[in-house]
Amino acid sequence: MGITDTFGITGSALSAQSVHIDMIARNMANAQVVSGSAQGAYRAQRPEFSAILNSQFGQGMANNSIFNGKQTDGVMVSAFNESQAPIERQRMPESPMADADGFVYLSNVNMVEEMAFMMEASRSYQSNVEVMNTAKQLMLSTLSIGK
Amino acid sequence: MNWIDKALGMHPQALSFRSQRSSVLAANIANADTPGFKAQDYDFKTALTGASGGNVKMLTTQSGHSSGLRDDSFGGLMYRLPTKPISNGNTVEPEVEQAQFSQNAVQYQATVQFLDGAISGLRLAIRGQR
Repeated sequence: MGITDTFGITGSALSAQSVHIDMIARNMANAQVVSGSAQGAYRAQRPEFSAILNSQFGQGMANNSIFNGKQTDGVMVSAFNESQAPIERQRMPESPMADADGFVYLSNVNMVEEMAFMMEASRSYQSNVEVMNTAKQLMLSTLSIGK
Repeated sequence: MNWIDKALGMHPQALSFRSQRSSVLAANIANADTPGFKAQDYDFKTALTGASGGNVKMLTTQSGHSSGLRDDSFGGLMYRLPTKPISNGNTVEPEVEQAQFSQNAVQYQATVQFLDGAISGLRLAIRGQR
């Protein structure tokens, strides 16, 4: 473990956060999607993060609240969860998607929530970029010792 | 200990410690959104004792045995005590981690400067002139 590992750790965080931002974009893009049934309605998706344990000790304990004092190799998206918010229906008989009673089913994407998550994800991304820049500068200064 | 080690003092170990600490802090920042993640950091006193040769390892007689230490050779890797109440089991406080990371970066730079000075001094001594 050292500065060079910092690049890997921070890189994993950048890719996890960019997955998060992708999902937010997908949720917001599908917010207006309507469906003919409650099952088919679009549900907002959310990534679940978990720590990558030091490869030497194997995986499978990443969701333990205690990591047995081991160092972590970064973060990954381990699962996608669907939002459990209720699906609303709207009467729209003119829609080609409407069911027999003239209802369409709206997605359960909450725009305000998505915006809040987007800010969170972009802040996390920025702080990891900061970390990577700092690590790069430290590495460069180490390379010039004795010059 | 040869004379070059003596001239460099504790700075090489300090550099190695700072480098390792930076990756631990980077892992904390990377896992700021991970449910159940516990932030870690080094206890400086324990790490210092470890770096100055006071490290005790468990005896290993088989290849699969653990040495009792993580792959940090310093020891003193501990969980951070959160200053705020936590909701999802995650004890990372991004502000704290970022502050610690910057502090560690400055200390790393300082150690690099010290090493640089020591090496320039040695060079001067070897050449006898500027």
